[in-house]
Amino acid sequence: MNVLIPAMVVLPVLAAGVSIAIWRRVWIQQALGVAVLGATVIGALVLVFQAAEQGPLVVHIGGWKAPIGITLVADVFSSLLLTISLATVLAVFLFAIGQPRYDKAAYYFHPLFLLLTAGVSASFLTGDLFNLYVAFEIMLSASYVLLTLGGRSDQVRSGMTYVIINLAASTFLVTTIALIYGATGSVNMADVAVRLRDVSPGLRDLFGIMLFITFGIKAAIFPLFFWLPDSYPTAPVTVTAVFAGLLTKVGVYAIIRTQTLLFPGDQVTTAVVLFAAAATMIAGVLGAIAQDDMKRILSFHIVSQIGYMLFGLGLYSVSGVAAGIFYMIHHIPVKTTLFLVAGLIETMTGTAALRSLGGLLRRSPLAAIAFMVAGLSLAGVPPLSGFFGKLLLVQAGFASGAWTVTGISLAVGLLTLFSMSKIWAAVFWGEAQEEPPLPSARGTGPLRAPGLMNVSTIGLAAVTLAVGVMVQPIWRLCERAAQELLDPRTAYISAVLGQ
Amino acid sequence: MILVLVIVIGVLFGAGTYLVLHRTLTRLALGIGLWTYAANALLLLSGGRAGRPPLVDGERASGFADPLPQAMILTAIVIGFGMTAFLLALAYRSWTHTGNDEAEDDIEDRRIAALAHERPVEVTAEEEEG
Repeated sequence: MNVLIPAMVVLPVLAAGVSIAIWRRVWIQQALGVAVLGATVIGALVLVFQAAEQGPLVVHIGGWKAPIGITLVADVFSSLLLTISLATVLAVFLFAIGQPRYDKAAYYFHPLFLLLTAGVSASFLTGDLFNLYVAFEIMLSASYVLLTLGGRSDQVRSGMTYVIINLAASTFLVTTIALIYGATGSVNMADVAVRLRDVSPGLRDLFGIMLFITFGIKAAIFPLFFWLPDSYPTAPVTVTAVFAGLLTKVGVYAIIRTQTLLFPGDQVTTAVVLFAAAATMIAGVLGAIAQDDMKRILSFHIVSQIGYMLFGLGLYSVSGVAAGIFYMIHHIPVKTTLFLVAGLIETMTGTAALRSLGGLLRRSPLAAIAFMVAGLSLAGVPPLSGFFGKLLLVQAGFASGAWTVTGISLAVGLLTLFSMSKIWAAVFWGEAQEEPPLPSARGTGPLRAPGLMNVSTIGLAAVTLAVGVMVQPIWRLCERAAQELLDPRTAYISAVLGQ
Repeated sequence: MILVLVIVIGVLFGAGTYLVLHRTLTRLALGIGLWTYAANALLLLSGGRAGRPPLVDGERASGFADPLPQAMILTAIVIGFGMTAFLLALAYRSWTHTGNDEAEDDIEDRRIAALAHERPVEVTAEEEEG
């Protein structure tokens, strides 16, 4: 039995429990959080190498064998995403520690954050549909509280939208699971995959679409994304940063996992996925162009980028799915870095509205460097990681003959560059049209943020650079992951069911 | 018995959807509550027909009720209960802030509403000049 896999979930939950018990001693909570998150990052990295060497790693909880007991599975796909997600979470956690503290709400931040991490890890590792629902609920219930932690009236308002839409999606997920259980008599994903082959094609298509819609709401795909740009920007920036990097990506992970494992090569869903991908890219980027607040622009770009990841899945070839996975690995740290830069700027000036900002290139060069690396990477400028992500996707798109969607993805890349240069020109060049709210930020003197915030932002920007530099080995792992995903019978199913 | 349960599930889903389409958060919470009941009943239904014994003697190892959906329902009930409690707390918070618990329009909607509101006013001003 591999102890590392359950430890990814158990350690953050335990640390969250201890943190609640000692809620007054914030520094112990912080030390504990950093230690646990650091340990899980290393553990996840070990899992990547083990999974690449031995194939999918399976743990049967309590010793009950696969279709009966609960299984946890770490294959290359899930462990790769786990590693990059946990590294991002660690960076945001350090950023949060560095943040100046305003209110008592901060006492409860650390346990909730760790619980959210546990939910994310559990979603990546579970091999069981019902446990996927439970893992989502752990993650989401922590996120509900984090989003409304301040209890301000705008947070309550946007929190309502977020909570209600996610509760609706969760109810829909339970309904779908009930129907799948009724049809197959199992909730173990590998077992369901085997049994679904005997179910009539019409019913299978229905299940495929229902799961796609459920996870599509959580991943914010077109036309189910309206809740995201409304609710994300009102949260404290550390919360938004980790939501932006992780939560929607867990939704994308669940889409890729269920579609490739349960409904392999299904014509109907593949067509729907490809259409949704194109529409999501366009809707997100057009929404972003209309905005004038840094956090809102970035929130719309989350939607747009989800389209690229789905595009990889929609192609349904090894190179396509691998490119989609690479795009996810590139996107998680990049998006979080951008939000952390927005957080740095907000801490220094008190606002993220473009019209009250200007000339920050000279006043805060560190923020400018971090933004430039991440922003250009998001837009896909060589030699950064986003360029390789887009290049691989476009190559795979041409190889599959999906000319229209590939063309759309290129055009959307151009509009993303426009949007990033809009932020750059307004925030880092020129002069502010209005005075920023914080008195200390007026004038033209240099702006300073607490050291740990700078360090974690630059560190995460360095991670995105590293993804760009190490394209070759990461791409090989992505290809390996895509091969396993597209051939579940020999990899995933045989590893879980032990045949 | 199964048909009755199916009809009940349908009615619960329908009533829940009707309530969720309201703007008042209390009704929304009730609607989502009905949805979870419907989903739980559906889970129960997926375990097979009613009336089977929960326990059997050692000789027959078949024909007993499927325990798994019941375990799953228990989990789903707990989660649904917690979420409803949170939603009600949120409704109360909203009530203390604004005096009602209605969900407001988002920023985008308000901007568009403001634009739509401005235009007829401009037209009437021009007409007055003419």
